Amino acid sequence: MITFDNVNKRYESGQDALVRVSLEIGRGELVFLTGHSGAGKSTLLKLLTAIERPTRGSILVAGQNIGRLRNGQIPYYRRNLGIVFQNHQLLFDRSVFDNVALPLAVAGCNRREVGRRVRAALDKVGLLHKERHNPIVLSGGEQQRVGIARAVVNKPAVLVADEPTGNLDPQLSAEIMRLFADFNAVGVTVLVASHDLELIARMRQRVLTLQAGQLIYDGIPAREAAYP
Amino acid sequence: MKQPTRNPARGAVARSPSADARVQRAAGAVTARTRLSDRWHSWLGHHREMAAEALRRFLATPMASAMTALVIAIALALPASLQLGMGNFQRAVAGWDGQPQLSVFLNRSARESAVERFTEELRGDSAVAEVSYISPEQALAEFQQSSGLGDALAGLGANPLPGVLLVRPARVAEAELEQLTSRLRESALTDSVVLDMAWVQRLARLTELGQRISLGLGLLLALGVILVVVNTIRLHIENRRDEILVVKLVGGTDAFVRRPFLYSGLWYGLFGGLLAWLLVAVGVGLLSGPVAGLASSYGSGYALQGPGPAYLLGLGGGAALLGLCGAWVAVARHLRAIEPR
Repeated sequence: MITFDNVNKRYESGQDALVRVSLEIGRGELVFLTGHSGAGKSTLLKLLTAIERPTRGSILVAGQNIGRLRNGQIPYYRRNLGIVFQNHQLLFDRSVFDNVALPLAVAGCNRREVGRRVRAALDKVGLLHKERHNPIVLSGGEQQRVGIARAVVNKPAVLVADEPTGNLDPQLSAEIMRLFADFNAVGVTVLVASHDLELIARMRQRVLTLQAGQLIYDGIPAREAAYP
Repeated sequence: MKQPTRNPARGAVARSPSADARVQRAAGAVTARTRLSDRWHSWLGHHREMAAEALRRFLATPMASAMTALVIAIALALPASLQLGMGNFQRAVAGWDGQPQLSVFLNRSARESAVERFTEELRGDSAVAEVSYISPEQALAEFQQSSGLGDALAGLGANPLPGVLLVRPARVAEAELEQLTSRLRESALTDSVVLDMAWVQRLARLTELGQRISLGLGLLLALGVILVVVNTIRLHIENRRDEILVVKLVGGTDAFVRRPFLYSGLWYGLFGGLLAWLLVAVGVGLLSGPVAGLASSYGSGYALQGPGPAYLLGLGGGAALLGLCGAWVAVARHLRAIEPR
């Protein structure tokens, strides 16, 4: 589903954020991406979501070369992608419902369909009763769940999350991770970047570890091997 | 529309019309599919929504919006009123056509029969289109009538006015006119020849000058309007930076991002244009009284023509278009800045 082949990313400042990263993530996998801050996690996700372009190498997602997409094609590529941000990126000038409906509005869904899908997504994250609220009145964990609902409302084939539990306590973090596992269980390919090593260890899933822009570990950790 | 070719689990679901949320959720990775008709309706709906929302935003900050619209209005009212003024001026002088005419003042000692022969001779000339003779008596009668100096003239005893031949040349090229003039001067009957064209030419040149100035001013101020809108929309974009980012990340096209701002620009332009028309109309209203007074003192029924519906349409439409351009420029700059590198 996702293939990185010898991907380099050098920023204009001359900093090498990723150095010859090659990896393969199969359809329906749940993979964690970890490493210290500055190791290249965010850069990898930015390349995957076409926010940045690779300096060298190729990135294939479902057979599409992401680095070669024309600017006009990028929106259509992103519609098959669910993105969850650390700071959830909700818009506080509209209701929870409208936040979640945004990807559908953008894709040009009809109104009835929008209502049905938004409610299904909110139901999945347990926030159906708060659809009329402004997200600003919700707790951090609830806001993040709204962000997840927005990411999955379009029924994407791939779900990408950048530090989704960054500001949450352990219990809420575990809940969020369970949600990702649920989506994965129904066939969605999920890639979660996180530095919450304890939580990742408990998930018993494949882990990719980045250090100084290089992939130094790829596998299901038995114990502490994945975490330098 | 994306065809579901990638996910084998999807084919089974895609065919079933009864596949609702429950089934689709069970299938999981079902890429969002939207029918073309849905997209069309949604596209139209989005246009309507964005137009209404942009209007709401415009009216939500009445003072700021009014000031921007007023700046646009003033910038447009200047060239528009100049243009209108030129139109009115041309209408005022329309009675004086641009045809050159030669006035041949005849020697006062010329005999009537000689004048008649000269007139016939000129009528046969290919360079002359028309000749009419005004005898000294006719000239005196006309003068007495129009000047009101009848009594004073009667006191003079003898008629001081010469006979005049009004010659309309067939061709108006400058060289030919000069040739004709010199030929007329050579005649023994001629006292002097006056070419009544210089002022007509001057008037035409002045009119042209005025039109060029109003055109240049118009272009310059149209550019000014665009810049005003660019700057205003830039502030709108600044306020909605997060929203643009999120919309782009969930797959919004540039057109989708651009739309609300284009409508904002359109509203600014439209209101500015209508306000400009109002300014011009009020200006004409204030001037029409004195102008009518001035015209009647010259015995003319001339009245100022205000900016009609054509001006309303032109100013409103033109300004809306300028607003659209400005908004487009502002959004394009911002979108370029957030493209992936």
